[in-house]
Amino acid sequence: MKLKNTWPKYYKRDVVTHYCPGCGHGIVHRIVAEVLEELDLGGRAICVNPAGCAVLAYLYFDFDVIESAHGRGTAIATGVKRSRPDLFVFTYQGDGDLSAIGTAETIHSANRGENIAVIFINNAVYGMTGGQMAPTTLIDMKTTTTPAGRDPKYDGYPLHITEVVAQFPGVVYAERVAIDSPTGIRKTKKAIAAAFQTQVDGLGYSIIEVLSPCPTNWKQSPVDSFKWVSEVMTTEFPLGVLTDKRSRKG
Amino acid sequence: MNKVFISGNHAFGEAAIRAGCSCYFGYPITPQNELGEYMAEHMRAAGGVFIQSESETAAINMVIGAAATGARAMTSSSSPGISLKQEGISFLAGFELPAVIVNVMRGGPGLGNIAPSQGDYFQATRGGGHGDYRTPVFAPASVQEIADLTYHAFDIADRYRTPVMMLSDGMMGQMKEPVVFPEKIKELPKKEWALKGRGDGPSRYMCSLILDVMEMERHNWKLVRKYAEIEKDEVRYEPYLIDDAEIIVIAYGTTARIAKGAIKRVRKDGVRAGMLRPITLWPFPKKALAELSARVKQFVVFEMSTGQMLEDVQIALAGKADIMFHGRPGGVVPTPIEFSRIIYREYQKVTKKDK
Repeated sequence: MKLKNTWPKYYKRDVVTHYCPGCGHGIVHRIVAEVLEELDLGGRAICVNPAGCAVLAYLYFDFDVIESAHGRGTAIATGVKRSRPDLFVFTYQGDGDLSAIGTAETIHSANRGENIAVIFINNAVYGMTGGQMAPTTLIDMKTTTTPAGRDPKYDGYPLHITEVVAQFPGVVYAERVAIDSPTGIRKTKKAIAAAFQTQVDGLGYSIIEVLSPCPTNWKQSPVDSFKWVSEVMTTEFPLGVLTDKRSRKG
Repeated sequence: MNKVFISGNHAFGEAAIRAGCSCYFGYPITPQNELGEYMAEHMRAAGGVFIQSESETAAINMVIGAAATGARAMTSSSSPGISLKQEGISFLAGFELPAVIVNVMRGGPGLGNIAPSQGDYFQATRGGGHGDYRTPVFAPASVQEIADLTYHAFDIADRYRTPVMMLSDGMMGQMKEPVVFPEKIKELPKKEWALKGRGDGPSRYMCSLILDVMEMERHNWKLVRKYAEIEKDEVRYEPYLIDDAEIIVIAYGTTARIAKGAIKRVRKDGVRAGMLRPITLWPFPKKALAELSARVKQFVVFEMSTGQMLEDVQIALAGKADIMFHGRPGGVVPTPIEFSRIIYREYQKVTKKDK
């Protein structure tokens, strides 16, 4: 077997990343670009960027991108897709964006069964603003706004938004994956491909939650942070397919 | 050309469809519900998109999405809902995306009430959301004007790539009048900037995040140049009996209609009163007012607010004439008799000065 190291068509070359060493965004960005190429969707793709670290994803994505106000991604995606159903539309959002400030937009776009795909990066923390508690922050996890650790009696519990929307009839495909290992990365790519194909087939809404490391704000080394995803995060957020209604609608 | 008897809220919708608006997103709020209902029935029938959104915030963001693809898009609401849309309006301004936003104003602040009011003047004319931007604002004073100006608003929005606000109120929205609608638009303007997927060309992005402060400053000055053009070319107002007037009323929308009644009344008694009715609130007809102040020394400002447009009148007149303000905030609709009493009283000051 020959090792291949090809550059995805829809990923910009010669740019310097702004992401921290060990950050998961770069891996997921590349997966997205690869899947768009393999499904031949890059030419008619519109990505809706979040507010958060990935607000700058357009520096790397070599397909059309529109930025959104914090949390409003799926509302913008709804406007794009309804106006131009022939375009391929997906959002790329973080946990604060999608499951705190954008919860209403997330739930209602899912409940309408919008024919869009949602890539949901869960790193249990607000990254860009410097490591505050996110809705997905684990119990006892220290952040800048839970300095003694998240106390569920005071700060509430980790929010499982993908489980919430997975039960909606309009949500056709929902899966939680983790980019914690080469196997995890391959599974993530397969899940994102399934979500994108769901839209191509006109079946409706899909969401892929990706557990992703944030070593800077977790105050861990990149290696430790990948281990933490596997060993700790997945105990709160178990991996797997949360709903698959593709055959029902197909 | 058929004349139809139609309410203001329905006229907003019909005019938008005729202007080629293909996407409407909205959330129920009184007193503008009939507009969303009209769109639910007629927009889908016309092959367009209607979505009852989960919130005002979602609605304006759906507008952003549709506008980004080049579609003519609209949302509507009433005062509290317009506050919720301000985030999105700021983004539209930053993105330089065209859209039309209808505000059928009601009494405030807070939840206020559902009666007609003009308390959102500041919010509409000063941008409303965060950041350095302006929004063209049209203030119709009849259902016919609702139809004409809504149709025109889509052209202004596209020409200048800016959100445009229709500033109306519960009375304008609920009132029925005979209207002749503009013909349905045949060809929409080409929008090279719209996102449509990169195809085989270079990829593009639409963003309002500009971290480089010098570049952000350039973007701000670019917007200012656009606003200067709008201020130069798009001012609209209606002069009413001003040629021989010794006292001039400044009022817009519903208040201007009532003031017209009052002026007709006092004219019968020989009071030489007239009115300058701003049709665009931003850009405000500053120049027209300044010119009038060379001749007329007494102005009366009527508003259904505690005095918001008043400040624009003060700026325009720059101390060169006396201004009397009479406002009825909170949803109270004044009467022509009430206004005529004010005009009589202020007119006496003018005639005393003459002696």
